[in-house]
Amino acid sequence: MSAPSAPARSAMAGSVPAIRGASSATPDGRDRSGHDGWAVPEPPLVEVDDLTVRFVTREATVHAVNGVSFSVRPGEVLCILGESGSGKSVTLRAMLRLLPPRRTRIEGGIRIDGQDVLALDKRRLRELRGGLVSMIFQEPMTALDPVYTIGAQIAETVQRHKGGSRAAARARALELLELVKIPSAERRLDNYPHELSGGLRQRAMIAMSLSCGPRLLLADEPTTALDATVQIQVLILLRRLQRELGMGTIFVTHDLGVASEIADRIAVMYAGRIVEEGPVADVLSAPQHPYTQGLLASTVHGQSRDHDIEAIPGSPPDLRRLPSGCAFAPRCLHVQPDCRAAVPGPRYPSHGRMARCLRVTDAALAAAE
Amino acid sequence: MSQTATLPAGARFDDDLPPALRVRGYWSSVGVRLRHDPATLCFGVIVLLIVLAAIFAPLIAPFDPYKESVVLRLKPFGYRGHPLGTDELGRDLLSRLIYGGRSSLLMGLVPVCIATALGGTLGVIGGFAGRTVNAAIMRTMDVFYAFPSVLLAVAISGAMGGGMANGMAALALVFIPAMCRVAETATAQVRSLDFIEAARATGAGTFTIVRYHVLGNVLGPVFIYASSLVSVSILLASGLSFLGLGVKPPTPDWGLMLSTLRQSIYVAPLSCALPGAAIFVTSICFNLVSDGIRSAMDVRL
Amino acid sequence: MSTTLTAPRPYAEDVGGPAQPLLIARDLAKHFRVRGGSKTARVRAVDGVSFTLFKGETLGIVGESGCGKSTLARLVLHLVERDGGELIFDGEPVGAPRGISIAALRRHVQMVFQDSYSSLNPRMPVQDSVAFGPFVHGRKKPDARRVARDMLVKVGLNPDLFGPRYPHELSGGQKQRVNIARALAIEPRMVILDEAVSALDKSVEAQVLNLLRSLKQQFNLTYLFISHDLNVVRYVSDRVLVMYLGRVVELGPSEDIFTNPLHPYTRALLGSRPSMDPTNRIEEPPITGDPPSPIDPPGGCRFHTRCPFAEAVCEAKSPELGAWLERGSHVAACHMLNAGSGHSAAPA
Repeated sequence: MSAPSAPARSAMAGSVPAIRGASSATPDGRDRSGHDGWAVPEPPLVEVDDLTVRFVTREATVHAVNGVSFSVRPGEVLCILGESGSGKSVTLRAMLRLLPPRRTRIEGGIRIDGQDVLALDKRRLRELRGGLVSMIFQEPMTALDPVYTIGAQIAETVQRHKGGSRAAARARALELLELVKIPSAERRLDNYPHELSGGLRQRAMIAMSLSCGPRLLLADEPTTALDATVQIQVLILLRRLQRELGMGTIFVTHDLGVASEIADRIAVMYAGRIVEEGPVADVLSAPQHPYTQGLLASTVHGQSRDHDIEAIPGSPPDLRRLPSGCAFAPRCLHVQPDCRAAVPGPRYPSHGRMARCLRVTDAALAAAE
Repeated sequence: MSQTATLPAGARFDDDLPPALRVRGYWSSVGVRLRHDPATLCFGVIVLLIVLAAIFAPLIAPFDPYKESVVLRLKPFGYRGHPLGTDELGRDLLSRLIYGGRSSLLMGLVPVCIATALGGTLGVIGGFAGRTVNAAIMRTMDVFYAFPSVLLAVAISGAMGGGMANGMAALALVFIPAMCRVAETATAQVRSLDFIEAARATGAGTFTIVRYHVLGNVLGPVFIYASSLVSVSILLASGLSFLGLGVKPPTPDWGLMLSTLRQSIYVAPLSCALPGAAIFVTSICFNLVSDGIRSAMDVRL
Repeated sequence: MSTTLTAPRPYAEDVGGPAQPLLIARDLAKHFRVRGGSKTARVRAVDGVSFTLFKGETLGIVGESGCGKSTLARLVLHLVERDGGELIFDGEPVGAPRGISIAALRRHVQMVFQDSYSSLNPRMPVQDSVAFGPFVHGRKKPDARRVARDMLVKVGLNPDLFGPRYPHELSGGQKQRVNIARALAIEPRMVILDEAVSALDKSVEAQVLNLLRSLKQQFNLTYLFISHDLNVVRYVSDRVLVMYLGRVVELGPSEDIFTNPLHPYTRALLGSRPSMDPTNRIEEPPITGDPPSPIDPPGGCRFHTRCPFAEAVCEAKSPELGAWLERGSHVAACHMLNAGSGHSAAPA
């Protein structure tokens, strides 16, 4: 009943020729495999291509997402890191078309497991949500229905996607609650959401999202509202489940610590664009983009009490009036006149890394000179 | 005086608010939203016309509304210069309708104003005071609230002897409990917000807090509710006059006209419908305008 | 009384002298009654908390949800009534007939709230919100407004650009600066910061922390800094107080607590912080389960239900905190540290 394990899936996928087939021996930058050495010949689970999302109202147009491209391989955890207003949550919701239809204008391509999400009809979209792709949210109290027991809610999801009897669905719900390590799971099946503590509610939501064996998990800041001791438990649980079930995961957060605990790769967003991307250890130890560098420097972690923290000056731009050129230029300590002329294109300083900054030397360009 | 306040280290002027976004207060944003709502504007114009017609009645009414004529009773539309005919005592219907607007509007608006002032005050006191005061006020209101409004209005007005002033007082008494409840709910909601606690922490007394922080936030819901009460009040006032408990004859009043023209319904049915149409149109227009105001004001900032 | 806020103030109103702690809290308690059907449960939000706050220092208070730190903040300012214990401000008991009145206390102690949508009156321009404090304390309106605009400059906001704006037009960091300006507008000696930076983005949080640091020096302030974020508390505080379910479990100088935590709960808290190093991730959570509800808490040591070292004595008896009055002391409420407590790990 559960999804095939990751090794089995890679074996199956390995028989399909690679789409972006260049070998990774030369750092051509186009191959987003993220691992040095082998080009894994699997089609990506998620491919987002030049995604643009705008919210149009009578008063103004909000440019929430401006040309975001990334891909996620099966079983890989991509962490989208950004502050409020960076467009990270909007990107996630766009992938399941959860944004208000009247006000939203989406352009670009989103492919999950080969399906074009933006072109799906209503029925296929409903099958996708909760089936192939599952999402967990920040505030479990609002994501869970308060008038149904959690057992009933999980069973309902199972029945809708897989069919079967109510008893079988309930058994599966129990199985899932035990999977997420909820103590006294049998008793908890009949609890209402308000009877559970915050950590247990979040685990229940995770259980619900796993109920149909999704291949892709979307997580929108699921640990932000939790206490420290609960947060680390939920993070470790998510990491373990992700590894066991082989799910690709896109994890949105604003917390560098959370990203370092859970991510394989990290994409830093600012003003609706990805400004830096790469393996998490590389990005956190040697950030290329000034914004990432500023984020790391301004995160409070063991600085001496006698000195100011190196804060990034100013505030994020208003998404209704984005400046031309690099959106970070007004706050950047290394700004040059060229930065304001046009949005910097992606540069690939090394294999698997990308940064949108004119100061970053692209390895391919350097090799060509 | 030297304003040489130096910036602390690590701070910088946030000159990032773009000039295109003007500073806009809450009420002016309400005005903007209303401007883009053609339905509400349309009905608002109608309401305005009705009110203006009532105010300037002596100037626009073609005839004297009190002048009777035995000969010209219940004449049809257009008869000898009477655009809407005459009533059962020979008086011009159009003039009586226009003048009738005065008493109907008065009896619609004045009780609501009184109820807003008194009921609103009681509600704010109840919402902000301790549990015992709150219970005392709200349970008293509940007693009045338990009666159907029409019955209560009739009972009070009848007990006081009828007449326009007594009618207005009766209607005010009927609306006070409802208004009190709205104000109390709004106050109770505002009371638990952080900025009230911050104001208390600054050392402000209750009266100061209510005056500067609570009233501004409570006024919105209260005003919306009051505007929706006006249409109800016009209906109830007409009902009172219909029953003979409101305005006394020969004063023109729509409800009274309905009552007196009722007997002539088989002879001149259209004439009978006119006061009813006036009540209906006025009441509905006020109702729709208040709906529009509510949508314009009901925005999460 | 000075009308501008430019020069740092000397200890003009220092009644007790530099050695007198600014605040001594002794056995503070606050219980709420929760009516749930037939039974009436008691939430012991704060249950016997004692600490000292010395002049010019920053005392950090950490704990998870349900530990009572926000209730403690409100107890200090008397926004809720005390159910037990006493509070001594600069040597004078608060609320007592011979001491300092609550109204007078509120001239000296102010609070900065967490940035939420309701921390500022949405119908009031920002400068009026800041001017409200001075206005309440006797200044005329134009004077109060001038003080407010002055204060906005001090927190790094251009008063011409920001003064007439409404809260919904400001970003989270800007609103929090306004909150700080509001608290400082009446020139208090002590400021309680209740999760003041928790709702902000990390880069804005850094700006506001720098601002708080510089304001503290400029105005000779004493801070009570409440937060759930351990890293921030370590950076900001001179001493730290750790709370669990309404009680103090550990108290001491900031560096001591972070390098040598004594109480098992403190150790679990410190071990729950993400590692910031992807190559060296945390494999096992230091503690399992959720923080229990403060309604009818466990008897004896409140932590014994989750403590790996719990023994019979922990359930029976509540551990003593030890010497909390002295400045440099590092104490923890744990039977393992108290000699003769009956715990197997206790010193003889």
